[in-house]
Amino acid sequence: MATNILMPALSPTMEEGTLARWLKKEGDAVKSGDILAEIETDKATMEFEAVDEGTLGRILVPEGTEGVKVNAPIAVLLAEGEDASAAPAPAQADTTPMPAVLAGPEGKTEATAGDATPTPAPIPAEPKAPVTPDYPEGTATRTMTVREALREAMSEEMRRDETVFLMGEEVGEYQGAYKISQGMLDEFGAKRVIDTPITEHGFAGIAVGAAFGGLRPIVEFMTFNFAMQAIDHLINSAAKTLYMSGGQMGCPIVFRGPNGAAARVGAQHSQDYAAWYMQVPGLKVVMPYSAADAKGLMKTAIRDPNPVIFLENEILYGRSFEVPEMDEFTIPFGKAKIERAGSDVTLVSFGIGMTYALQAAEELAKDGIDAEVINLRSLRPMDLPTVIESVKKTNRCVTIEEGWPQGSVGNYIGSQIMQQAFDHLDAPVISLTGKDVPMPYAANLEKLALVTVPEVIEAVRHVTYR
Amino acid sequence: MATATAAQAETPSPESGAIPNVSKDELLKFYREMLLIRRFEEKAGQLYGMGLIGGFCHLYIGQEAVVVGLEAAAEEGDKRVTSYRDHGHMLACGMEARGVMAELTGRSGGYSRGKGGSMHMFSKERHFYGGHGIVAAQVPIGAGLAFADRYLGNGRVTFAYFGDGAANQGQVYESYNMAQLWSLPVVFVIENNQYAMGTSVKRSTMSRTYWERGAAYGISGEEVDGMDVLAVKAAGERAVAHCRSGAGPYILEVKTYRYRGHSMSDPAKYRTREEVQKMKEERDPIEHVRALLLTGNHATEDELKAIDREIKEIVNDSAEFAKESPEPDVAELWTDVVA
Repeated sequence: MATNILMPALSPTMEEGTLARWLKKEGDAVKSGDILAEIETDKATMEFEAVDEGTLGRILVPEGTEGVKVNAPIAVLLAEGEDASAAPAPAQADTTPMPAVLAGPEGKTEATAGDATPTPAPIPAEPKAPVTPDYPEGTATRTMTVREALREAMSEEMRRDETVFLMGEEVGEYQGAYKISQGMLDEFGAKRVIDTPITEHGFAGIAVGAAFGGLRPIVEFMTFNFAMQAIDHLINSAAKTLYMSGGQMGCPIVFRGPNGAAARVGAQHSQDYAAWYMQVPGLKVVMPYSAADAKGLMKTAIRDPNPVIFLENEILYGRSFEVPEMDEFTIPFGKAKIERAGSDVTLVSFGIGMTYALQAAEELAKDGIDAEVINLRSLRPMDLPTVIESVKKTNRCVTIEEGWPQGSVGNYIGSQIMQQAFDHLDAPVISLTGKDVPMPYAANLEKLALVTVPEVIEAVRHVTYR
Repeated sequence: MATATAAQAETPSPESGAIPNVSKDELLKFYREMLLIRRFEEKAGQLYGMGLIGGFCHLYIGQEAVVVGLEAAAEEGDKRVTSYRDHGHMLACGMEARGVMAELTGRSGGYSRGKGGSMHMFSKERHFYGGHGIVAAQVPIGAGLAFADRYLGNGRVTFAYFGDGAANQGQVYESYNMAQLWSLPVVFVIENNQYAMGTSVKRSTMSRTYWERGAAYGISGEEVDGMDVLAVKAAGERAVAHCRSGAGPYILEVKTYRYRGHSMSDPAKYRTREEVQKMKEERDPIEHVRALLLTGNHATEDELKAIDREIKEIVNDSAEFAKESPEPDVAELWTDVVA
């Protein structure tokens, strides 16, 4: 019987894509392994292969269509003896998803799960009003993704300073494992956009040496999980040398890449390192949420004379935000942003945690609970005064992050609030974190292992006694 | 392709033949520089015994010819980076004995103002990039310094020193791979003193000809007699010429020997007293040059004694300075964390 061919998910975080080209036309026989179509994800153009045999009955999504949701029917495959007129309407067709067995950027084999209903990650609520503006009111803005913002920041700084260069795995000819550096090799050449072998420990050390030698390296880790291979150079060589040399030798370098959970990549590819790096004197640690954060903080990071750990998030790469059109848009480290003003409770988060915080705030508002949401952005230095001032106003605080509970960022914030604003607290601070387990692969378990919006709402109800 | 220019240096006798391409002045310079390192280290050992130097203190006694010979092959502006056994490297590249000794005693007059200690000293002015306490971490850092020089096109060469112990670390080979891939002007200097702390080469690897490991990456190299400062200098010149020509990295495996324990707290039970004594008597690098000077009639006993006195004076002065220099101001606790 006829089955629907569904839009495949071709990367862990893909939610939709462009059907660039059909390579089979209606009526063509299809064998397993035939390339049916080319599909553009936010990272790459991928070939989509057939798994089942039959005849391509009807094409439901013409080529060139953008924004095709994962798991939407894109064509009908007819079994032997059926003809196109017998093909069921898409809605009634058997939705046998077509597993795509194509390698992702890290060589992972990705497939759409059999009956997985695509659940878009929570969409952040529009902030009520940014209380501490990063740019003058009335500045024209442009909508761009976090990915574009990072690329623009790096490119602008590379145009500005010849000693800035980008190195890492697949940053050049491959155009970036997550397409952050797309087009940069063309503009800056192989001298400044340098593909490395897969050798994190070695190239991190070389980059530190290059920084000692007068350059300003940007090191891309394909994920911060791989930076554990290199962490000795981040801590012992980069962070401590200024101090150990009595101020003689600094290390101006940016270590950047996706951090934390993406989607369904399991325990070894899903760790959030915010709390680890935040602990180290000599480092600066930032974790942007929006595209404006990403751009402004990246430019500041590249200009900073210290080693900067720049923690990105794969799920946020494709999200769009407004970014100011300014020649010189930078965001200073150590300056939090009040994304939403409120009076009943303070929610403190950073990076992807902001999506849970903002969505929960929106939900809570419907019940008359007015949450103030603080986007920390920079974890070291940390803008504790903004948090403390807010807590003095709301008397309640919930922190939200995806990392593990013991020794979390939230633990530190909670202890600081206790020491600096104890008398203002009407309830204990709750630190919401990822669960105290390695990241499971199963979709349902993974969702449970991360922070959820209902957990944020429940925590707020707990501290507000409502 | 690895050129096997290995000068097989089993035991060339110190008295063997004429002095190749070396002037009297240069021999005297070698003598003076090696003696400074030795007397400095002996003094550091004394101060350690008196409790004036704390923590770890790794002495370079016995290995003096390695760094003195290679420095003779370097040009102004060339860089060097090494491990925690770094006092000799600092003195040889022109850093002041006072500043080094005062760092050992943790005083404000030290190169790191007392905040680095024996293992962590730097001098940007003398192009000395540490002083690294993590075994082999200095190897990719050295390659990175060379990366910067190649990027800037300034013609400089970096010497990245490490021991036979570090030579078994993975990051050394990651560095070899990229250094050759990117033609980085770095001389990888393996100071093979035959013991990684207490573990002899024989007990740590079946691949005991360390320089040959570069062949896997197409890196040329050679073995050098590290007790013969002239042989070291000659090999250093070949290595530097190779790097400066744009041909990429070069490996020197310098066979040497440390007379003292791994650090001051090492009783060195893993080798016999006789083994150490034999090296001191038969292969001492300073005695070698001293013999060349005397037998070649380049210097008299009296002239050498005068140098000895002069060196002793410098070392004693550095020790006095290191004792009198005040401890860092307590406010220093909080400075230099970030720039």
